[in-house]
Amino acid sequence: MPEDLFNSFMNGPDEKGRFGDFGGRFVSETLMPLILSLEEEYEKAKTDDSFWAEMNDLWTHYVGRPSPLYFAERLTDHLGGAKVYMKRDELNHTGAHKINNVLGQIILARRMGKTRIIAETGAGQHGVATATVCAKFGLKCVVYMGAHDVERQAPNVFRMRLLGAEVVPVTSGRGTLKDAMNDALRDWVTNVRDTFYCIGTVAGPHPYPAMVRDFQAIIGKETREQMHAAEGRLPDTLIAAIGGGSNAMGLFFPFLDDKSVNIIGVEAGGKGVNAKMEHCASLTGGRPGVLHGNRTYLLQDDDGQILEGFSISAGLDYPGIGPEHAWLHDIGRAQYVSITDVEALEAFQLSCALEGIIPALEPSHALAHVMKIAPTLPKDHLLVMNMCGRGDKDIFTVAKHLGFDMKI
Amino acid sequence: MSRIDAKFADLKARGQKAFVAYVMAGDPTYDTSVEIVKGLPAAGVDIIELGLPFTDPMADGTTIQLAGQRALAGHMTLDKTLNIARELRKTDDTTPIVLMGYYNPIYSRGVPKFLEQAAEAGIDGLIIVDLPPEEDEELCLPAQAAGINFIRLATPTTDDKRLPKVLTNTSGFLYYVSVTGITGTAAAQTADVAPEVARIKSHTDLPVIVGFGIRTPEAAEAIASVADGAVVGSAIVEKIGAGESVADVLAFVKSLADGCHRG
Repeated sequence: MPEDLFNSFMNGPDEKGRFGDFGGRFVSETLMPLILSLEEEYEKAKTDDSFWAEMNDLWTHYVGRPSPLYFAERLTDHLGGAKVYMKRDELNHTGAHKINNVLGQIILARRMGKTRIIAETGAGQHGVATATVCAKFGLKCVVYMGAHDVERQAPNVFRMRLLGAEVVPVTSGRGTLKDAMNDALRDWVTNVRDTFYCIGTVAGPHPYPAMVRDFQAIIGKETREQMHAAEGRLPDTLIAAIGGGSNAMGLFFPFLDDKSVNIIGVEAGGKGVNAKMEHCASLTGGRPGVLHGNRTYLLQDDDGQILEGFSISAGLDYPGIGPEHAWLHDIGRAQYVSITDVEALEAFQLSCALEGIIPALEPSHALAHVMKIAPTLPKDHLLVMNMCGRGDKDIFTVAKHLGFDMKI
Repeated sequence: MSRIDAKFADLKARGQKAFVAYVMAGDPTYDTSVEIVKGLPAAGVDIIELGLPFTDPMADGTTIQLAGQRALAGHMTLDKTLNIARELRKTDDTTPIVLMGYYNPIYSRGVPKFLEQAAEAGIDGLIIVDLPPEEDEELCLPAQAAGINFIRLATPTTDDKRLPKVLTNTSGFLYYVSVTGITGTAAAQTADVAPEVARIKSHTDLPVIVGFGIRTPEAAEAIASVADGAVVGSAIVEKIGAGESVADVLAFVKSLADGCHRG
């Protein structure tokens, strides 16, 4: 790690929106003025006490923050090694970490006088969070969702509709998160004057990766304080699942300059990181490219055409990854591994059986990696995994994979 | 003088506006695509915009997106796209070819290698939708250095404050996107376009060509009467997508070119 070159790992991005070579603003001219005005507005908000006062009030009274840092005692005993803590962001209102970021973006949208909010969603958690906050503030909400995801995440589609959002199924491509993001960008470029694009992850053109990270960093800030209260010191290892990477970036960011803290991101390995690309592990199985406004690691063929990922988890089913993760990977500050569908399903069941927590399939990937490494670590090793979403939305998918007939 | 500059000098001498036609490379097949491209100059096309297929064309509507999917399903590649330019150059050394698409296939190839191959194949200009002036160091500046024009898009959201930034490092011509939106959707209104073109022309001597939402010979004529030329893409690609014969596609192109040249 070229530590001498950096005073801090927390200074990014630069004025061009780059983390090293990653990130940037690769968008059409129509969107460029919007992105610049968003950047300006965000820079103002960042140092505006009234902005953060509004955020903190909503986080406390609407979302239910801080989320607990929970010592998973039976899981720890079962694995027989490191002390496993779970950061319980699945207890947030709407059942995932997504709302942390949505609140920030919607408050910004209101400050900018925008009346119509659009969003893309994969598993539906970001769509539900966006629909929720739009309902609260009386804003029009349109959510783009791949047709394939509409099918496998039906409960979330119904939730969004109950909350007053229009859900648009996207049929182009294979009908997953990537295609939903394309159509959201098409909507934005068409409705530039009244519309705010609320991106759900640490990807897209600058300033989105930095802005979403800053809104999600509440996860890591709380973890730091809570671990100090529980154990009197920093954690030793952080583990989080990564699709675009917002829950992971939120947990990791406040710890980037703490050299003693190991940081591990877990990508979706699907059926295995193989030549047939039946996975979504952009860092493990991809190479740098440009898509959706930023340069990052992408699943692509030799000709630069984007490949469809594959994962049991709709929330991880994206061929790219946030540019800051791409940078952390390249400079070696964080380690990135992959977990297969089968391993994630096993972790899902273990969490239910030992801790009484039904996890979403996304954090089940993080938990599966905890299961791999915790037994190899000493008993005083403090390990935190981000339980970033609850699994209610996934029980139909899991039932199908376990051969359980849900028809009553 | 570049082929694009020579073409505009020639059009100016003849008092004619430029008709620019867009087709997707490899749509519906490589062979048919070559046949169509080779027929465009005789149909009255002054500048050819050759679409480089991409899986995720964020700035395009369904028509162009489907054309790209048809091309990719037929295993179209960057190499074969450049081959189409080479095929045209066997019979035509004056009609400019502008490659239009997205950055990733070019980035994936490697910018220096791509520019060398593109120049050799007879590509005269590039329109890369997802490279705004903020990213000029990626491809725009190296392309200019390699003698390939980098043609920028200006849009209704490009205000007077931003326009100089868009015009810096733009060469060949400026492509004015007549609507906020994606290709193949809303119709461009001549009454809205005329003052915008005039505004842009007060900042630059480059020819200003207008595209997006132009679908008929009448519309091409109307737009050409207030600009230096008109681009038609989706309306042509729709005919190709509907399986019309090469002769019918070229006859439609000729009607558009005639309309534009009346403007």
